[in-house]
Amino acid sequence: MLNANLAELSALLREKKLSSVEMAQEFLARIEKLNPSINAFVTLDKGMTLAEARAADARLAAGESGPLLGVPLAHKDIFCADGWRTTCGSKMLENFIAPYDAHVIAQFKKAGSVSLGKLNMDEFAMGSSNETSYYGKVKNPWDVKAVPGGSSGGSAAAVAARMAPAATGTDTGGSIRQPAALCGISGLKPTYGVVSRYGMIAFASSLDQAGPMAKSAEDLGLMLNAMAGFDERDSTSLERKSEDYCRDLAKPLAGLRIGLPKEYFAEGLSADVAKAVEAAIAEYCKLGAQTVEVSLPNTNLSIPVYYVLAPAEASSNLSRFDGVRYGYRAPEYGDLNDMYEKTRAQGFGDEVKRRIMIGTYVLSHGYYDAYYIQAQKLRRLIAQDFVEAFKQCDVIMGPTSPSTAFNFGEKGDDPVAMYLSDIYTIATNLAGLPGMSIPCGFGDNGRPVGLQIIGNYFAEARMLNVAHQLQQATDWHLRAPSI
Amino acid sequence: MQWETVIGLEVHVQLNTASKIFSASSTAFGAAPNTQASAVDIALPGVLPVLNRGAVERAIKLGLALNATINPTSIFARKNYFYPDLPKGYQISQFELPVVEKGALTIQVGDEEKTIRVTRAHLEEDAGKSLHEDFHGMTGIDLNRAGTPLLEVVSEPDMRSSAEAVAYAKTLHALVTYLGICDGNMQEGSFRVDANVSVRPVGQKEFGTRREIKNLNSFRFLQQAIDYEVRWQIEQIEDGHKIQQATVLFNPDTGETRMMRTKEDAHDYRYFPDPDLLPLAISADWIERVKTELPELPAVKKARYMDQHGLSAYDAGLLSASRAMADYFEVMLPQVNDAKLCANWLTGELSATLNREALELADSRVGAASLAALLARIKDGTISGKIAKEVFAAMWAGEGEADAIIEAKGLKQMSDSGELEKIIDEVLAANAKSVDEFRSGKEKAFNALVGQVMKATRGKANPTQVNDLLKAKLG
Repeated sequence: MLNANLAELSALLREKKLSSVEMAQEFLARIEKLNPSINAFVTLDKGMTLAEARAADARLAAGESGPLLGVPLAHKDIFCADGWRTTCGSKMLENFIAPYDAHVIAQFKKAGSVSLGKLNMDEFAMGSSNETSYYGKVKNPWDVKAVPGGSSGGSAAAVAARMAPAATGTDTGGSIRQPAALCGISGLKPTYGVVSRYGMIAFASSLDQAGPMAKSAEDLGLMLNAMAGFDERDSTSLERKSEDYCRDLAKPLAGLRIGLPKEYFAEGLSADVAKAVEAAIAEYCKLGAQTVEVSLPNTNLSIPVYYVLAPAEASSNLSRFDGVRYGYRAPEYGDLNDMYEKTRAQGFGDEVKRRIMIGTYVLSHGYYDAYYIQAQKLRRLIAQDFVEAFKQCDVIMGPTSPSTAFNFGEKGDDPVAMYLSDIYTIATNLAGLPGMSIPCGFGDNGRPVGLQIIGNYFAEARMLNVAHQLQQATDWHLRAPSI
Repeated sequence: MQWETVIGLEVHVQLNTASKIFSASSTAFGAAPNTQASAVDIALPGVLPVLNRGAVERAIKLGLALNATINPTSIFARKNYFYPDLPKGYQISQFELPVVEKGALTIQVGDEEKTIRVTRAHLEEDAGKSLHEDFHGMTGIDLNRAGTPLLEVVSEPDMRSSAEAVAYAKTLHALVTYLGICDGNMQEGSFRVDANVSVRPVGQKEFGTRREIKNLNSFRFLQQAIDYEVRWQIEQIEDGHKIQQATVLFNPDTGETRMMRTKEDAHDYRYFPDPDLLPLAISADWIERVKTELPELPAVKKARYMDQHGLSAYDAGLLSASRAMADYFEVMLPQVNDAKLCANWLTGELSATLNREALELADSRVGAASLAALLARIKDGTISGKIAKEVFAAMWAGEGEADAIIEAKGLKQMSDSGELEKIIDEVLAANAKSVDEFRSGKEKAFNALVGQVMKATRGKANPTQVNDLLKAKLG
């Protein structure tokens, strides 16, 4: 059962082979066993989980049905969930019990899924290795010496280790796709605006997007069906007709044009990752697709642009954590400014402070034009690259990350080296495009490799179709770590 | 040396929407602390702002009334600073692209008309309140006001005296209450004025260094603060000091301004466009729709009162100065059918009574229809103007409507000339001395006789009729 996909779990419930409570208990037992070594969960609350499962069982007994009704999931600790401690990976919110549900949480509640707990993450989603969490780093289930990726590292590790059948994540510069790749699971970052950000603790508002993380493209589609949709509480949420993201899964790929950006296969890409990605593309050609070389000439600008814009927004978004109304407050302080300074100095970790300082700097009088405005202009150029590329192809493919999972501490002292590991994922956030990662093999060290699929705006159904077809032809997505 | 004062005003107009500018919480004044503060208002993690359309509509109204440009696209920006009553650590405001730009407001000072340019009007949210009393060395935070919609209206430095500044503030106040976009309640902070004040030698082109007086919540304080500030600045300069750019506060108890901070410790607000809000788009259709909902504005009303009702510029100006006054006047007019009589009573007896009791027109104990009924009795000759004042006093005291009081007190004018003649004969007989004086050419004696007749009739006689009858009898 622990390896079952969402449809199979739903069938078990529907056919009354298991109750939702029993199913949740099995996953909780697995979590109890593995979490001490993986550290994917920061908050578990058996009582709340089983209460949700009992409610789902009641709905099932009343004849209600639905693809997620009674199915257990776990949520990245960036989503406020009524009654659950919501830490965002920070000491700042160590004792914060959210008094309301994020849109994503409310949608899953409506669908009847059961929350197994809250998942570890880089502090305020700032990190690519899960080393910045105040609650300890998450270990990669494929190799506990390796990072799981970040910032949704807890989500990726929990799914990879089969502690949860699927999980939610968020992606500001690759935070769904990179950990999905490093942990050998599937993850999708939708088009900006498809999933409401209401109740999702903001890192960089113009880039943040929630998405599903699961074992297969089909499961991602089922999750996205629940998550997506217009929400008037988020002004950047898009008012579109709802769609079934699974509708095209079975479509054949004949005639699919795959764009291969030459910048994604250039210097900096590990040979073993390149090999696995090329093999996957060869598989696509067997399925009837053609490849075309495209260019995203401003790829190299995406990291500097991102590291101006994201910290700028973050420096402002994180101002509310001031010790006045909720969250951490320094135990001893002098005057008001001292309270602010001590609270924030003690409550935030180093990476968060680094980005607040960068952000404050680039927005300061005299620097704003040179950094923030300039970065906004370049952001448009980066988006324009994709517009041009999509004139020649239906989807873009390449590696998700330049290497397989690196070891803990490997990049810890060098933030720029860490930032570079997001080189292939950041541009899609800057452009607002949907992107996903699916497993496509293993590197020389036996750690998973992710294939990135980037689609045009609102092409999620098409991307899931493309991913699903590979998963019909190969079994990379079914490989699980032996722990 | 002769000095010239230069003043520009920034007015925070609180918009009277039922809910806040970015949340659904109520904006009602006076609720228990923090009972009108939602998750959005207290800036819980993860919450997002959603713009209140009603606030935008009110901004469009003011833009139209100021003949200003209403920008088809304007941008909400974040103004970043830390303060305990600013829950997000930033205020959502408009910075580079405000909703309204380049308008003008015509004011009247004495007989002079002057046009003051309005630079811009932008939408923003109010902060909460820090309460320093009652907490024994600690500070309490009330976030009920946090997120209340404000329209900040910024003028050019076009005013040259405190009188002009007050006239501008009053005219703007009348305008926003006319438009129905603000309740105008200055005590509750619905209309707050910051005054930028500088002085320069007459004839000098460059402006002097300005100091900004913050948060003036009455026209009187505005006048006092500017007058004090101007005297202070002139003294400083004449004593050889330089004026330092600064923000100051006015203390109504001492009548003085006091420095709050200088430009050196001004914040770097790190403005940038708020990524949680899309640019505000206002279509031409929307503007047209709002235009059809605009009420008649003061300047148009004033002209109409002069043209249609033959009122003087002075009277028309007073009657159109506030929406309450104009509405009161327009209820009365069709019943009385004498604009001048209405104007005299509104600006005379009624205003004097309200002033004496420190009441607003809205709180008048005599409503427009009741006063009109009283004036109608002057018009039809039932009572004299003098008796009407007595009746008005009784109405004010709550003794009832005009007709009932006239009846109960027997104040009806004598219309029976036989009865009046009898009284006149008695007066003439009792005042032989005055009669002789009149006959010997003393005009004054005639007035004394009129007075005696009026006294004998207890004011109920029609003075014109008394004149005529007396003349006939003495002639």
